[in-house]
Amino acid sequence: MFFPISNSHINPLYLVVVGFVIGILGGFFGVGGSFIAGPALRLMGVDWNYAVGTDLAHIVGKSIVAARKHRTLGNVDMKLGMIMALGTIGGAEGGAQLIQALKRAGNVNTVVSWVAIVVYVGISVFMLWESHTTLRLHKGRSRRTVQAAESKVDHSAFGPVTKKIQGMKIWPMINLPTSGIRISLWIILSVAVVGGFFSGFLGGGAGYIRMPSMVYVLGVPTHLAVGTDLFEIVISASYGTFTHAIKGNVDILIALVMHTGAVIGTQIGVVATQYFAGPKIRLAFVPLPLIGAAIVIYTLLTGQKL
Amino acid sequence: MKQDTAKSLRVFAAELAIYAVLVTGYFFLVLHLLGNWLYQLETQHRILYAVVAILLIAGQAVALDAVTTVLFRLLRRRWR
Repeated sequence: MFFPISNSHINPLYLVVVGFVIGILGGFFGVGGSFIAGPALRLMGVDWNYAVGTDLAHIVGKSIVAARKHRTLGNVDMKLGMIMALGTIGGAEGGAQLIQALKRAGNVNTVVSWVAIVVYVGISVFMLWESHTTLRLHKGRSRRTVQAAESKVDHSAFGPVTKKIQGMKIWPMINLPTSGIRISLWIILSVAVVGGFFSGFLGGGAGYIRMPSMVYVLGVPTHLAVGTDLFEIVISASYGTFTHAIKGNVDILIALVMHTGAVIGTQIGVVATQYFAGPKIRLAFVPLPLIGAAIVIYTLLTGQKL
Repeated sequence: MKQDTAKSLRVFAAELAIYAVLVTGYFFLVLHLLGNWLYQLETQHRILYAVVAILLIAGQAVALDAVTTVLFRLLRRRWR
């Protein structure tokens, strides 16, 4: 099938399958899946600028479906999502500005690659330690069949640190009844700005940073973090799609085709979260940033842009 | 339990088959018709293209979500 906007020939079935796989990951983990979608489009010869912009457009559609499903399951904290969207957009602009500054300095690829490797591996190692420790501490409970309601009761080995962060009384304090927490607005905004910064700096929706941050820093239960992250991605990715489309980086036809596969994948991913407890979802999340790190290491070693 | 799993898989397979037919029709009708118009829009009116792009992907998300939900409900009821 010919896609005139990006001037590329791609088998639509390939796009549907890629969308399906990313949909499952997105629905289950609350991530955009840009670390797969970007390279998958590049493999088909789509220019890098179109791969980034088109991926964002596809993320908007996929996240709408996933967020709607999570909302019906009570997994979305709308108030938290709205606040975080503001911080994410601000942070994304900051990340994009730093990219421009590094471009002018002439070392953007090396710096971004090394930062990406450190961040991805760091997240994976930390989450592996935390989820493994939590599962060991609650071994008796995890052996039982997880019922839907019980699966949302969350435990974390990092809990004491999270409690200290929640205890910081910096005005204004925000009540988040859906998530069951009361926390300073500035802490929420800080998490959102950092997530947005990495979204602008490393590309994609940066759900691999924001979802764990919501669990460990804000103390949001894992299921709610996944749903709220997706809701927040709808807003921030829409903004990203708009700015990229104006710059001529979006092939909406490719995004629409990919999205048809993502709809089914997303629904499977969302339903699957109901059968896993929070620490198990976090443990299953561990390989995702490592895949991202492996792709970056590959591009560094071979000099190829995937 | 095994019977439930088999029933769920059967419903899912039927849903996938019907969905595949709908999506194939969608490719040939909607994308073929929209392709040239979107290409013109992208080259001549970028801001309008950006707005249309977001509306299209959001509209498709809501529409396909509704289609899959209705399909799933209908098939579940039929096989119950």
